[in-house]
Amino acid sequence: MAEDKKMFKVKIDNISVEVEPGTTILNAARLIGGEVVPPAMCYYSKLEGSGGKCRTCIVKVTKGSDADPRPMPKLVASCRTTVMDGMEVANITSPEVLDARKGVVEFLLINHPLDCPICDQAGECHLQDLGYENGSEATRYEFKRRTFDKVDLGDKIKLHMTRCILCYRCVFTADQLTQKREHGILGRGDAAEIGTYIKQSLDNDFIGNVIDVCPVGALTDNTFRFKNRVWFLKPVDAHRNCNNPKCCGKVVLWMRGDEVFRVTARKDEYGEVENFICDECRFEKKDKNDWVIEGPRKINHHSVISQGQYVNTVKPLDPLVDVLDGRKPKLLFNIHSESQVNRPEIDLSKIEGPAHSDDFIIKKS
Amino acid sequence: MGRKLLLDKAHIEGIRYYDTYRSNGGYAAAEKALKNLGPDGVLDEVKKSGLRGRGGAGFPTGMKWSFIAKPEGVPRYLVCNADESEPGTFKDRYLMEFIPHLLIEGLLISSFALGANSCYIYIRGEYAWIPEILEQAIAEAKNKGWLGKNILGTGFDLEIYVQRGAGAYICGEETALIESLEGKRGNPRIKPPFPAVKGLYQCPTVVNNVETLAAVVPIINIGGDEYIKFGTGKSTGTKLISACGNINKPGVYEIEMNISVEEFIYSDEYCGGIKNNKRLKACIPGGSSVPVLPANLLLKTAKGETRMMTYESLADGGFATGSMLGSGGFIVMDEDQCIVRNTLTFARFYHHESCGQCSPCREGTGWMKKVLQNIEYGKGKMSDIDLLWDIQRKIEGNTICPLGDAAAWPVAAAIRHFRDEFEWHVLNPEESQKRNFGLAHYADPIPAPAAV
Repeated sequence: MAEDKKMFKVKIDNISVEVEPGTTILNAARLIGGEVVPPAMCYYSKLEGSGGKCRTCIVKVTKGSDADPRPMPKLVASCRTTVMDGMEVANITSPEVLDARKGVVEFLLINHPLDCPICDQAGECHLQDLGYENGSEATRYEFKRRTFDKVDLGDKIKLHMTRCILCYRCVFTADQLTQKREHGILGRGDAAEIGTYIKQSLDNDFIGNVIDVCPVGALTDNTFRFKNRVWFLKPVDAHRNCNNPKCCGKVVLWMRGDEVFRVTARKDEYGEVENFICDECRFEKKDKNDWVIEGPRKINHHSVISQGQYVNTVKPLDPLVDVLDGRKPKLLFNIHSESQVNRPEIDLSKIEGPAHSDDFIIKKS
Repeated sequence: MGRKLLLDKAHIEGIRYYDTYRSNGGYAAAEKALKNLGPDGVLDEVKKSGLRGRGGAGFPTGMKWSFIAKPEGVPRYLVCNADESEPGTFKDRYLMEFIPHLLIEGLLISSFALGANSCYIYIRGEYAWIPEILEQAIAEAKNKGWLGKNILGTGFDLEIYVQRGAGAYICGEETALIESLEGKRGNPRIKPPFPAVKGLYQCPTVVNNVETLAAVVPIINIGGDEYIKFGTGKSTGTKLISACGNINKPGVYEIEMNISVEEFIYSDEYCGGIKNNKRLKACIPGGSSVPVLPANLLLKTAKGETRMMTYESLADGGFATGSMLGSGGFIVMDEDQCIVRNTLTFARFYHHESCGQCSPCREGTGWMKKVLQNIEYGKGKMSDIDLLWDIQRKIEGNTICPLGDAAAWPVAAAIRHFRDEFEWHVLNPEESQKRNFGLAHYADPIPAPAAV
């Protein structure tokens, strides 16, 4: 049955791809990969119902489908729009999309504290990447930025609401992974915030995953806070036999020397975790001996995290190849036979004062 | 006198109560629909009537009804959107307060046509006294056998529930309304799926405005073919306009959509002219979110034709020189009104009412408000006007629901038509705190009344 399933042909930035019906434009673009993949701040493929909120993944549908070739009137959120057969989508080839995306990034940043130098998320922050790729270099916002107090959601999780972009990922995580969601969005408009209403701690076997799904530094690991910068640490794949049946036990240890600084789930190239892990693995097992180490984690070489690693980095080129331009090296002269000063039979210690070239002249006998 | 269909009996004393309503021809349409027409017959009449949604967007109601999915064994719902929160709009309040049975009859007919056995009236929280009126009317109707089980022996069951909102503008958006009705946070859903497929409790749902559903009653009474004869072109029937602002006679008027804007503002039958013999400066013809129009473009289109009170004519010229009929919240501004201040008021409203779900609206509305505040209070810069334009441009069309557009349009139109007033505010920071800009070259083509 799987063989005769009809596949939809989609063109994204003039690159064709065949996908199953029901695939979103974003996931179709991820099948192509590379630059045509729209950035996604709120969409999370592992979380049902996520997406559509941050508007960074907007694209232009220039042709609706083969059956109805009309373009869509507005830019659409690619993470929540499913493909149609024959659809044509413009992402980076559309100046309109790039302009609108720049606008969205600007909106996301106007109230962001831009405290990257002291933020634990720096180096693995999606907002940093997004701002680097789509933002402008200066802000036009002249007003006081919105701030919130920092909140401890229990002793393990720190909520820094000022940095939050309200992607709702942590809400979906708590809904779908834990028994009972204890935090949510309070308030509305730009006063909306993540919170527990009456200060209470989030305590649940899987609640630590909200740290991993948070695209910015709003939810950080209290056990790792200010301990180290992520790019000074070496990510190492490791696993253990976790007793929790829902936990896969496959993690990344962020180490320096033999010390484990933090434990996270394994994230793919889009920053999405491969499998969620339980809080015991994340917070309690910070000893190298708790884990079976598999080997270094491969990190995209564009990432600042790969700075301190030797995996997957580019080897320096041999400059001789270019210089010689295909010629074989040939011996022009032997400096040892030509040079007058290279006379091993003359004992320098027996010369009075500093040596002079005259001392090396071969006296004709 | 314009012909009336909805408010023709509004003047009768006691029309709020069942007995008076019934003895004045009430529930005749329901009887006709249930006994003679059948669901498809009602749908045909509504389609023929060309009735367009009265909530603002003007989507053809018959078409909306025909989109509803009809899977086996899944209940369908009709939701009446009484969350009338658009500043300047108060027409539904009048209907519900004075002729609640008209709405209930409309709900009965519409539910019958859609095959919905449960119907919800979602009413805004600020209308605190109206749920009682509606519930009393529902109880009366139920007593007389118009609601409940096996209505008129046709085997059709219907229950109507009134649900109060908590006073959020965003809950007037149909998917946010559904979320709120389900007891969740009133965030708009991402469409598709549309409510006609997956709405309330993931069942097919139709959400209609109060006035739309009430208009179904006269349509069944006189027939769709007769209804078309009211109004002009694709703007069929009558429309309730809630007129407010600097006019002599603010209030709710039922107009047949064949009169001109000028007649509506200046005739004694309707608004009765501008108050205190002032001159007309601008008007927002369809509730706060539609573009504001200066007087010259309000009375005549850019092509020089007379502008009529119809969906098409008010939208003539697109957003460059036109506006929208919207929900019929007709806000008139005289020469003493400050457009910058007015725009700031709206920007503040949309900032306050943004749900905060998607980024352009959450961040952009607040930003616009702050920039406008600077301009209004004499702290603006020339570049702020272009900045405002750029912000609204980046909000519009990039949000989940139309609130982003609604926040962007008033700012865009104010800058488009009244840029010199903004510039005057920037260039004269001190003077602008003491007096208003007044009329400019774009304003009133009607001569000022002679000094008394």
